[in-house]
Amino acid sequence: MAISFNNPRKKLLTSLGGLLHLSWPWRITIGYLSIMLLLPMAALLWMSATKDPSEFWRIATSPVALSAYDVTFVTAFVTALINGVFGTLIAWVLVRYDFPFKRIIDATIDLPFALPTAVAGLTIATVYSPAGWIGSLVAPFGIQIAFTRFGVGIAMLFISLPFVVRTVQPVLRELESEVEEAAWSLGASNSQTFWRIIIPQLISPILIGVALGFSRAVGEYGSIVIVASNIPFKDLIAPVLIFQRLEQYDYYGATVIGVVLLAVSLAILFAINLVQAWGRRYA
Amino acid sequence: MLKPISNQPVEKSGHSKKQEQWVRRIAIGVAIAYLALVLFIPALNVFYQAFRSGFGPFFTNFRDPHFLAAIQLTVIVAAIVLPINTLFGLCAAWAIARHKIPGRAFIVSIIDLPFSISPVVAGLMIVLLYGRNGWFGPLIQSANLQIIFALPGIIIASLFVTLPFVARSVIPVLEETGPEQEEAAKTLGANDWQIFWRITLPNIRWGLLYGVILTNARAMGEFGAVAVVSGNLIGKTQTLPLFVEEAYKQYQTQSAFSAAALLACLGLISLVAKEILERQQGSSRPIGIRKA
Repeated sequence: MAISFNNPRKKLLTSLGGLLHLSWPWRITIGYLSIMLLLPMAALLWMSATKDPSEFWRIATSPVALSAYDVTFVTAFVTALINGVFGTLIAWVLVRYDFPFKRIIDATIDLPFALPTAVAGLTIATVYSPAGWIGSLVAPFGIQIAFTRFGVGIAMLFISLPFVVRTVQPVLRELESEVEEAAWSLGASNSQTFWRIIIPQLISPILIGVALGFSRAVGEYGSIVIVASNIPFKDLIAPVLIFQRLEQYDYYGATVIGVVLLAVSLAILFAINLVQAWGRRYA
Repeated sequence: MLKPISNQPVEKSGHSKKQEQWVRRIAIGVAIAYLALVLFIPALNVFYQAFRSGFGPFFTNFRDPHFLAAIQLTVIVAAIVLPINTLFGLCAAWAIARHKIPGRAFIVSIIDLPFSISPVVAGLMIVLLYGRNGWFGPLIQSANLQIIFALPGIIIASLFVTLPFVARSVIPVLEETGPEQEEAAKTLGANDWQIFWRITLPNIRWGLLYGVILTNARAMGEFGAVAVVSGNLIGKTQTLPLFVEEAYKQYQTQSAFSAAALLACLGLISLVAKEILERQQGSSRPIGIRKA
């Protein structure tokens, strides 16, 4: 009895001893990560636990929050799927075909990573506003893009564009053309080769790219806050809702939505790791 | 339906070849049209709007003290964030690639967390920690310091969002080169500093530079996390991206786009530098995307 009581303590002591014996690069790394990442996350979770769980649930499922989740997650999901289709097509075109300015176009795919999000939001709001280059083309049909949910979608398309292209491209480049040739020589048509040989090998990278794009779009703030009108129940996204709660000094309300967003991000991260492990197994 | 450009031994009929050419043209056309709508037209619009009345209005903005203050603050933040996160990134990459311990994969995924956490949530966490009612609030107040709504808060937020870049770009290079050269140097009597400066650093220099460029681009361009902690005090805690939004909200379109063009140039320079470094490294390794 006494032993079983003592054991966990002993274990803790040995693991602490192990930590003390770590080399100094590890100590600095773990120390910095604890202060910069784990401590802030602990503060968030602590704040969310300061009130009754029923209160947490009430705020997390309040109508304005539910509508913000709807705008955030559904729009991010749809745009991630759109980028899944077009991203795969772009990767295909860049790897398999030759055309003028190909290298420059290839390099500009990373622009959403390099361009500050405030700039992206500003220019998308201008181009897609009713008076803008593209907005004025659809305005006569009664379609408004900027300052509506469509605008949120365009901003999400922009920021999550590189993910699918950049996950599919290297896989497509390494596909062995021998397998395709073998399929042809055995009498398979082009479309059969495409759907039965090429697409199955691309599914894992496409899924990972879509998930990464979704994850990025869900957390996006900078570009969307400028493109959207940020009106509750219309085009208000969850990160903007957090910001508005903070502006009203409602720290608990901000924390609740923040915890929901954090949980979703961690769940996506976990899913991506699963898909990667699965992809490696069947690679 | 679609065909690779590789030499294919199987002969196709003339009809099918013609069909393939059409598929090819349509595929390229659709891809470029999509990129134009989402990417190229918005990107070109930044420069069109900034310079459509000539260079005069663009340069007039440089007389605006708030604009200059925003540029200054952005540069100061980057100048502080870059060395700190470069040192951390080097240290973490060194530990992960050379001193293997159990639970290493877990720590690597913790380093990646800032990529998945919404910048606004990151800012919120920092407020909950260092704000007036935060964990360290009383401590900070008794020391007569201010972190939130001041420069230190902006720096902490920028450190948070740029944390993974250097480590992420150095780890694969370190893993590829392996420890053999360093071990050889050690047996020949070199000390740790000599090994680092003469062997390790030259080996990882392109990967390191790549990470530093991405860190810089993000530190100068970060909006969400900084917006939460800065309080957006004009002329005091307003960085360039915050200036863009503020000017746009005040209907000062010209100064919004002037600042945006400046930031876009920073983005383009980062992109070109990244492209050059990727060729130096001989492989494309987009950041934020882990090798599948």
